[in-house]
Amino acid sequence: MFPFLTVLVLLPLVGAVVVRALPEGARGRVREIALGFTAVEALLGLVMLTQFDLADAGTQQFTETYAWIPQIGTSWALGVNGFGLSLIVLSLILTPLVILAEWRKDKDPARAARYLALILVLQAFMVGIFAARDVFLFYVMFEAMLIPLYFLIGGFGGEQRRYAAVKFLLYSLVGGLIMLVGVVALYFVGPGGEQAYLIDNLTGYDFGTTAERLMFLAFFLAFAIKAPMVPVHTWLPTVAETARPGTTALLVAVLDKIGTFGMITLGLALFPEASKWAAPVIIVLAVISVIYGAIAAIGQTDMLRLVSFTSVSHFGIMVLGIYAFQQTSVEGAALYMFNHGLSTGALFLVVGFLIERKGTPYVGEYGGLQKAVPVFAGTFLIIGLSALALPGLSPFVSEIMVLVGAFGVAKIAVIVSALGVVLAALYVLLTYQKVFTGPPNAKLGKTRELGLRERLVLWPLIALMLVLGFFPSLAIDYLREPTAAVLTTVNAEVSE
Amino acid sequence: MFTAPEISYVAFAPMIVVLLGGAAGVLVEAFVRTPATRRTVQLVLALVAILGALGTVIIQWAMYAPDSAGVVGQTGYFVMDRQALAWHSMILVFGALSALLFAARTRAGEEAFTPLGSAAPGSPEEAEAHRRGLEVTEVFPLLLFAIGGMMAFVSATDLLALFVALEVFSLPLYLMVALARRKRLLSEEGALKYFLLGAFSSAVYLFGAALLYGATASTGYADILTVVLASPGDLTLIIPGAVLVLVGLLFKLGAVPFHTWSPDAYQAAPTPVTAFMAAATKAAAAAALLRIVYVALYPLEWELSWMIWTIAILTMAVGTIVALVQTDIKRMLAYSSVAHAGFILVAFAGFSAEALSAVPFYLLTYGIATIGAFAIITQVREKADDGTVGGEATRLGQWAGLGRRDPLLAGAMGLFLLSFAGIPLTAGFIGKFQVFAAAIDEGGWPLVVVAVLASAAAAFFYVRLIVLMFLTDVPEDQAGAVEVDYHPYTRVVVWVTAAATLLLGVLPAGALALAGDAGVLLLGL
Repeated sequence: MFPFLTVLVLLPLVGAVVVRALPEGARGRVREIALGFTAVEALLGLVMLTQFDLADAGTQQFTETYAWIPQIGTSWALGVNGFGLSLIVLSLILTPLVILAEWRKDKDPARAARYLALILVLQAFMVGIFAARDVFLFYVMFEAMLIPLYFLIGGFGGEQRRYAAVKFLLYSLVGGLIMLVGVVALYFVGPGGEQAYLIDNLTGYDFGTTAERLMFLAFFLAFAIKAPMVPVHTWLPTVAETARPGTTALLVAVLDKIGTFGMITLGLALFPEASKWAAPVIIVLAVISVIYGAIAAIGQTDMLRLVSFTSVSHFGIMVLGIYAFQQTSVEGAALYMFNHGLSTGALFLVVGFLIERKGTPYVGEYGGLQKAVPVFAGTFLIIGLSALALPGLSPFVSEIMVLVGAFGVAKIAVIVSALGVVLAALYVLLTYQKVFTGPPNAKLGKTRELGLRERLVLWPLIALMLVLGFFPSLAIDYLREPTAAVLTTVNAEVSE
Repeated sequence: MFTAPEISYVAFAPMIVVLLGGAAGVLVEAFVRTPATRRTVQLVLALVAILGALGTVIIQWAMYAPDSAGVVGQTGYFVMDRQALAWHSMILVFGALSALLFAARTRAGEEAFTPLGSAAPGSPEEAEAHRRGLEVTEVFPLLLFAIGGMMAFVSATDLLALFVALEVFSLPLYLMVALARRKRLLSEEGALKYFLLGAFSSAVYLFGAALLYGATASTGYADILTVVLASPGDLTLIIPGAVLVLVGLLFKLGAVPFHTWSPDAYQAAPTPVTAFMAAATKAAAAAALLRIVYVALYPLEWELSWMIWTIAILTMAVGTIVALVQTDIKRMLAYSSVAHAGFILVAFAGFSAEALSAVPFYLLTYGIATIGAFAIITQVREKADDGTVGGEATRLGQWAGLGRRDPLLAGAMGLFLLSFAGIPLTAGFIGKFQVFAAAIDEGGWPLVVVAVLASAAAAFFYVRLIVLMFLTDVPEDQAGAVEVDYHPYTRVVVWVTAAATLLLGVLPAGALALAGDAGVLLLGL
């Protein structure tokens, strides 16, 4: 069997080395080469998708297990079920689009090579983390991912980038170190041995109530910081306003999903009892995230900050769905993770294009662009509507699934969260109104229409959202069984 | 009546090769007149001796590994077991890397050592020596003697043999610390401090050894163990003796409160010597501590562990906290090495058998990163306005923007710092994991909690330097004030250590298996 996952992890790394090591003469082609690598990667992903056995989406497929460091119980164990696969596909779609979106940013080819190499390294870790079936491997990728991100934030972007990079690093490192304590504890409290970290071996293991709860908290805190949940979300707006839109698009669309992905695949699977135990508090925090994120978004004048706060709100909905422990709600959360990636990724990129044209992220400095650039305005509007979950666009289905699914167990939480959905209409439409409608701002001058390259970036995402908006089962089929399997673990724990 | 001892030359071959190499080096000093040739000859001789010894160690390992633990080299005095061979090979590797650093020079042709150790700083003799291009090449035989002494040190199973070995490796180090080319007064002061405190620790050790002899009528570890086991009630002399002996060794390890010499000596010594001292001395000291505890003193676990616990906690806390406020990079690494001494102590706080393989692995990872880091420090130099390259730029602020000047060098430094901090995918992480596992194995989890907190705090000062190198711009007025030198020898050392740090972090299974094999003592547990 072809080792799809290992190749998917290693190929971007090779790409990064190639991009960095290109001789002086070939430097001009560095973007094409990087794009080529991601295209091959995406193609491989497509082949993998066709080989995936959908009838058996709940079990791990394409598994590879090699002993890595048997002395500390870790192995190079990769594999995906439908859920992991969906997020890998998301990262394979978004990475080439981000490269395309950032095409003209770097005049200096050496600088472009640095940026692209870091993006490729990031892609390798994104794939690796969603494919890891070993807690230790997951942790290593989780931490290693910080390095390219740190340099992407600190090396490319606005004035405050160093501050943002350090803030990002401090938050993530603290989360990571606490998680490390949990990871090490798993070895000593768990079954031990040469495959002590295989998730399959750990699922259903009885660690003892106190140990399980403590380890759950260690993992959950790291995931909550990554996700980002109120009150540990403050690094995200800082990063979003300074980093490049492409970087932030990847960060929010894919990397932050590691938090929610971890909550489902590690949190629920390994610590079911503790998850149930902590769920009431987590749901309250999630609801606060939903409302706080939405209100904060309304108050923003900087569009990039605005989008980042909408994500805080949306992640709240995902977390609510996960910790409601209902088949529909968890399924909806998993679906939302994919759809939110498409919609927020596109939103960051389109805002980036706008800022690229006029050099300012402030809503107040725009106005009346609709007449000058109708295609741009239309594209922006559709993406904005997807963020407010308009029926027909894919995020709608997932949001409804979460809210309907969770309603039976957490009525008040759902009702309050639904308010967040209403607020979403407010921040999206208000922004559109200020930027695109009304009399044109005299100071703006001529504005360029959406170019071919930019259409190639945004329209495939819109197309995907439309398809999945009308035929959500295309995606849900991949997610139902994996989430059902996790829920079985959780519910078995409680009935005992 | 004097009986000639029977020496098993085969077993002692590694030490003999190294010490003979040192003796030959002394002859080279006498007969080769031109300084430049002499340096080359000395370097080649030192490397041949070290690699030759390494070869014999490997052969012995291959002979002992399958069926037996090792051989008694000299009944009652020295053993050559797998544990000793593991330490021998580690010390030899550190020695070979250090020898390369000893021989490296700056682009301006300046070596790390003063041309004339005996001349007073600023005296006419010193100026004359500079003018005539003299060189101190005695450092190579001194290095070989120090290595030989350390090898004997980790093999010793007798309090007197241990003492002799201690002095054999300490005296060359005292000398080498005093030989820095720049900051001569600082260097001599540091060497004096090192010597005085070293002599003091020797005295404490000897007092302890005398008490143990008084209680057991023997200086051999095995005999001491027999008496300790036989008379569990009567420990009046044995406990103080054991405590004093351990204190003497903890001096060498640099554990708090016996660490006060180390920041001064680290800062004062020529940086290649610091590299050797930091890596190899710590390894030798840890090995000797392990052996005496696991062979002679383990029945005293209950009586001694309070001391090891207290010292481990103090060492981690003081090393970490004081390192946070250092502004000199050599002092920062010195205090970080104090903190690392604490982690080493964590491993055998519970006297678990795991420590016999965890501690060697930990010191291997620590030593490699240490040598690499100090090698890099020798390369970052101050530059005067007229373009002449001066001493090492050891103020932290001078490292700002190094990542832009020389990404590869700064990247390697970043890797070593991450390894010190114990971040996954570096050797240091695996080392820490092993050490913590050994401690938890025998109920030392409170110590591990302290160790995890200390590592988290320590990450800050390592990361601070990384931030400084990669994310801080060079201050306007300092743009030309720092020059990166890159001697080929140093380059080899940096690449080898960086590759090893990465390899031991990513694919450590093989090395861990070797360390597991090494966790065997011929005597004792």
